[in-house]
This record gives sequence, structure tokens and C-alpha cells, in this order.
Amino acid sequence: MGGNSIATGSPGPINRGYRPQSDFFRAACWLASALTIALFVFILGEILWKAWPAINKFGFGFLTGIQWSPNRGVFGVLPVLIGTAASSLLALLFALPLGLAIAVFLSEDFLPRSIRQFIRFMVELLAAIPSVVYGLWGIFVVVPLVQQYGAVLAEKFGFLPLFAGPAYGNSLLTASLVLALMVLPTITAISRNSLVAVPPTLREGAYALGATRWETILGVILPTAAPGIVASTILSFGRAMGETMAVAMLIGNSQRLSWSLLSPSNTLSALLANQFAEAEGIQVSALMYAAVILVIMTLAVNIAGEAVLRRTQRSLVGLK
Amino acid sequence: MNRTLLAVAAIAASTSLNLGASNTVTGSGATFPAPLYQRWASDFKKVNADVMVNYQSIGSGAGVTQFLQGVTDFGASDTAMKDEEISQSKQNAVMIPATAGSIVLAYNVPGVQTGLKLSRSAFIGILVGGITKWNDPAIAKANPSLNLPSMPITVVTRSDGSGTTAVFTGHCAEVSAEFKEKVGCGKAVTWPVGVAGKGNEGVTALIKQTPGAIGYVEYGFAAHNNLPMASLENKAQNFISPSIESAAATLASVKLPGDLRAFILDPEGPNDYPVVTFTWILVKKTYTDAAKAAAVKAFVTYGLTTGQATAPLLGYVTLPHEVVTKALAALEAVK
Repeated sequence: MGGNSIATGSPGPINRGYRPQSDFFRAACWLASALTIALFVFILGEILWKAWPAINKFGFGFLTGIQWSPNRGVFGVLPVLIGTAASSLLALLFALPLGLAIAVFLSEDFLPRSIRQFIRFMVELLAAIPSVVYGLWGIFVVVPLVQQYGAVLAEKFGFLPLFAGPAYGNSLLTASLVLALMVLPTITAISRNSLVAVPPTLREGAYALGATRWETILGVILPTAAPGIVASTILSFGRAMGETMAVAMLIGNSQRLSWSLLSPSNTLSALLANQFAEAEGIQVSALMYAAVILVIMTLAVNIAGEAVLRRTQRSLVGLK
Repeated sequence: MNRTLLAVAAIAASTSLNLGASNTVTGSGATFPAPLYQRWASDFKKVNADVMVNYQSIGSGAGVTQFLQGVTDFGASDTAMKDEEISQSKQNAVMIPATAGSIVLAYNVPGVQTGLKLSRSAFIGILVGGITKWNDPAIAKANPSLNLPSMPITVVTRSDGSGTTAVFTGHCAEVSAEFKEKVGCGKAVTWPVGVAGKGNEGVTALIKQTPGAIGYVEYGFAAHNNLPMASLENKAQNFISPSIESAAATLASVKLPGDLRAFILDPEGPNDYPVVTFTWILVKKTYTDAAKAAAVKAFVTYGLTTGQATAPLLGYVTLPHEVVTKALAALEAVK
């Protein structure tokens, strides 16, 4: 999670009065940091290198092509791109109200601190559950539910393209619901941190002006913490886009364009996980090209989230 | 500083130790015959205590790649290697048919426990999306005794590249021009309908879980999970239920060419189950290590002889006698 990378003030001049050995430690740390960067550049370079034949051959058409047929040498990822964006955005749509509500609840003093700590711990524990377990849980719990109620939805609201039938159990909706649960800890934790960081003087001022608690939360606390909440949302978006295992188990893995939430779909990461092992020739390059796109998308989203988070922290420091 | 140098030297020294043993044989490849090969490996260990065979089921494509790169001692593939793949190999590769199996359409239709018959036009229609309900007249026509529900059909396919898909789509494309044009054949195709699962086990799980589902899996997976399997119409227009016997009938009517590579696209015999495939073990013509060559040969020979009796227990088909003879002859050339 992004929050812990924030610098804690300037370190001051380095004391060189140690015995010479300590320089070795410094060099080791320096080397380790340099290695991290080198590794990242190496990975990106390797993917680009392997993707080059496909980038050369398909170019921009890869992004707008609607068909992915390895047996015919036709590769287009538009349905997969849409599936990636749609599943992540839907997950946020479900997770944001819930996560924000939990964050507000945990940052207020409705309950004794010990109970709040316990709830907070439980929510953050959701982040520790392995992805494949979410996938299994989705298969046994969410899929049958979506199958059952999806059929009803399709029957009643099938005239809307969003709910057009036939209803599948393994669908965009199923994957989004489980993804929502998976990003819930990220949204809750970062939002709660920024709510707690709102200076108490602001709250006291609002009360002094005669605002109720409800008015204070909506009118003062939430707007002040808004950049942090936005950052939590963006970081969750990044996590949802990169999520692989649970999505691959639930989304139905079909590269067809459809408006319906009840239809199977696919995401970039699920496509890679499914097809990489048995790919050969140009398909490997095409999958690498898809990987490049995924890396760029998640990098951009994470950088954006991190940037917003930093700005928030700085502006709150000013308020104190 | 001195101490670190020592540590580095120690690590360097330890990595230069040769821990490899020549009596370990590694192979990798197809998931389809993996249960059988792993059984052979453990049975083989009992009679040849000094040879350890390790088979990893990583998929035909990856298995062939690893074998061609020389990472493994033998490979395994559901689809016969193409000529260009064989010529890429540093050592001349030999393909030995090791076992065979059928691919079935397993289904989960409430109220239909057994006995579904699918004509060619019916199952192609289901796969390309022309038939979407279980009580469609095209299905009902061949099943007058069944009470087919008015339920949407969920087609379950493979999401990963797979030899199983290659064999199944190969048959479909052979019998239907419409399928050939809309879907085509190969290890990974775009299906016009349905959901997809990873591996035979993923497809099996999806079928089990989804009322109204139908999908293609290897016979053993459907049999072990007690999924009902559809009888398919063959070239002679008979409905043949998948079984080890009907697959053996198909194999008996196939003439294996000299290079031991045969694709059974649409068998002609009146009692032949239509979707049956050999699966192959890939060995090198010459191994640099004579002990390794002997170990690989001993293992494959074991599989082709004693091991054939184990095949039906796991849902695979015992190879016909003449195929075994040809395969053993081909194995003789390995040095």
C-alpha cells in the first residue's frame, strides 16, 4: 500500500564519524536500491523486447481489434480492455460507498476504541486472504447467487442492454462483486487514515458554529479528507486492474463484446494467466504486447494515486 | 570485508558442485495423459529402483518447447508435432504414441441423468450458437424419450490453449463447414458462445456447477466426476456413447503411417466414437549420455508394454497391438 512511502522530514547531514566498515553497509543499501530500479527496467525491457514482433505487426490496431483468435493469427484486445476497465470500475462502484461508510464509522467515536480497533483489524485482514481463496469463495457462493438472481434480472430488465440475457453465473458482475470485496481494505484503510488526519480543531470549529455531527461529517470532515479518499479509490482501481487469479476463476474468460453485466467477459491479466503457458509463436508476442498495456495502465493509475496521496498529506500538514 | 569475500567464494564453490544424477529422467508436457504417465513413473520405480522418472504436466505447448530447448529428457504432446517443429529440434526427435483417449461432451441438464444423443447438426448448432435452448427441436428429434427442459444452454470451453481443444475443434471443423468458417480449429480458438475454464479440471468444475451446461473434456475427467456424456453421431450416422470400448474401436480402424503421426478427424467405422486422439511421447534420437538414453528407453518401453494394462483403469485406451509393435520398433532407433 502506498501510504508508508512518504518521507519523514529531511535526514540532515550524514555523520561520517563512524568506523570505515559502516560505509560497506551504506554501499549495500545503495546497491539494493539500485537493483530494484534495475530489475524494474529489466522486466519492462524484456517484455517490450518480446512484444516487439507483435507491436510491429499489429501496431495500434491491436488496441481497437475486437477479435482474439490465436488459431487464425488475429489478435485484438478491445473487448479485453473494456472488460478490464468495466470490472474494475464496477468493483469501485460497489466498494466505494461501503468502504467509505466503514472508514467514517471507524474514525468517529460511536464505539469504544477497542471495538473499533477490532473491526478495523478485521477489515484489514480481508487484504490478507489469498486471491485464489476469494476465487473459490466466489465460485461456491457468488456464482450461484448471480446465476439465480441474474436470471430474474434478465427476465425483468432484459430490455436494458446492461441486463440482457442469457444470465451466466461466471460473468462480469460476479467478478466485479468479488473484486469489490478485495479492494475494500485498501479503500477503508487509506480513507480512514485521511479522515483521522483531519485536524480536530476543524471539528471543534464546526461544533462551535452549531453544526450537528452529521453536518460536520458531510460538510467539513469529508471535504477535507476528500483528496485522500480519491487517492484510496485510485489505488484500489490499480489493484483491481491487476488482480488475476480470482478474476480468471470468475469472469468466464470470453473475449466477446457485450453490454450485459450478466455476460462472461475477460481482463488483460486473466487473459495472460490463461493463455501464456500454451502460447506459441506470434501469440506469445501478442500476449507480451497485452502485458505492456497492462503494465502501462497500472503504472499510470498507481502513480496518479500516489501523487494525489502526497498532495493530501502536504495540504493537511499546512492545516495543523 | 575479508569475511564477505570468503562468503562469496564459498557460494561460488558450492554452485559448481554437480548435483545432477544421470538416473533421473525428467519429462514434461500434456496434461491430458498426465495421470497415466505419473502412474507409470511410480510403477516403474518399483521394478527399476535406480531410475527416477519425474513427469510434470505443464501443457503440450510448453512441454514441446522445453523438450526442444533440451530442458527435459522427454516431452509429451496431444497433438502431433509439426514438421517444422521437429526440424527445429537440436537432436532429431522421435514421436512415440503412448496412449489414446476420447474427448466427450459432458452435460448437466436437470432431469436428464443419462442417454442424451446429439446429432452432428445439433452439437455443431449448440457450439456456434444457433441452438440456445435444451428443448430445441434439433436436439429433441434424436431424443424422443427424454424430457428436455426449456433451459438456456451454457457452452463451456477451454480458456487456455490446449491439445484437447485442437483435437475437438479439428473434428468439428471436419464435419461442419459452418464451424470451420466461424470458429476454425487449433489449440486456442474464439468461441461464439459460452464461458471458459482453465484446464480439463476447470471445464469439468464449470459443467458440474452450471445447470444447463455442456462442454468438452477428456473422457477420464467426465467419468471420474460422474458427469453424464452425450452419445455423438459418427460418420456412419450411428449414435455412439463414449467408452473405452468405442474408443478402442476407433483406434482399430486407424492406419498409422510410418512416422507414427496420425490425426483422427472423422473415423469411418460403424461403431467408432468420433473424437479420439493418440497422445505422444517425444524422445531424442541420440542422447549424449548413454545411461540416460537407456533409462528413457526403459521407461517408454515399460509404458508401451506393462503400462498399457494400467491405461483403462484411468480412463485411457490400450493401444492396439500393431501400434505398440510399430512404436517399439521406432524406440529401437533411440541411442
